[in-house]
Amino acid sequence: MKIEKIIELTAARVVAGSLKTAPEITKAFSSDLMSDVLTLDHHDIVLITGLANIQLLRTVEIADVPVVLLCRNKTATPEMIELANEIGIVFLETPFSIFRAGGILYENGLKPLY
Amino acid sequence: MAEILEFDITGGDFIQAGKASSKIKKKLKQLNIDSLAVKRIVVAIYEAELNVVAHASSGKLTVVFEPGVVIVTVSDSGPGIENIGQAMEAGFSTASKKVREMGFGAGMGLPNIKKNTDELVIESKVGEGTTLRFKVYC
Ligand SMILES: Nc1ncnc2c1ncn2[C@@H]1O[C@H](COP(=O)(O)OP(=O)(O)O)[C@@H](O)[C@H]1O
Ligand SMILES: [Mg+2]
Repeated sequence: MKIEKIIELTAARVVAGSLKTAPEITKAFSSDLMSDVLTLDHHDIVLITGLANIQLLRTVEIADVPVVLLCRNKTATPEMIELANEIGIVFLETPFSIFRAGGILYENGLKPLY
Repeated sequence: MAEILEFDITGGDFIQAGKASSKIKKKLKQLNIDSLAVKRIVVAIYEAELNVVAHASSGKLTVVFEPGVVIVTVSDSGPGIENIGQAMEAGFSTASKKVREMGFGAGMGLPNIKKNTDELVIESKVGEGTTLRFKVYC
């Protein structure tokens, strides 16, 4: 799935990163637990999360996650946006809950990891 | 020729946590290490770094890059680990509420370090501190 499609389906806005260089995504994983994200073997995923802190960005950098969807109008701080740009991920914010965003993306063809 | 990188880690500093891992990741990429090995190394280092931040008062991280192997030592001053066998169990955690709010503290760190490394030795003295040594072949 193209990132543009993810944005459209979840009414998201781009807060960091460039859509031009973004990869196509086939799978999604949802968690607020960063230790869990660090156990994943797959990494070309969109991470759907409600955790809005700097460790979210550190974790996706270490775990090679290219796209993050921050749910339910949690807002990224300037420090988080700066780090997201530095790492080179696409960072999205959606007003939808994790449940709703995940449900819609699943229905439209994104595959779960487990 | 072996190259060495050293970093200081400050207990409780969740803003800085992960910076060392990030620098090491860049270094490994420069060295053209295969991306799966890079991920194993940096995941293990990041979880070890977080353990110092979450559980200890200060620490030192040393990474030695040798041809074919990366050797990591993370040594801290802190409370130490009373029962290492128990600490290695998935799900065992004494992490504070603050640590859990940061997205960690589920007792998955040490098991994940074990999973991602080829050799792991943990030494600890209660009331003094903990040292992790691990190797990843690459
Ligand atoms: N460097 C350390 N100093 C003191 N205790 C530690 C250290 N690392 C780990 N521990 C102990 O081992 C437990 C399990 O560690 P870990 O698997 O990383 O899970 P978590 O950090 O999420 O609690 C910790 O909760 C803590 O009690
Ligand atoms: Mg830990």
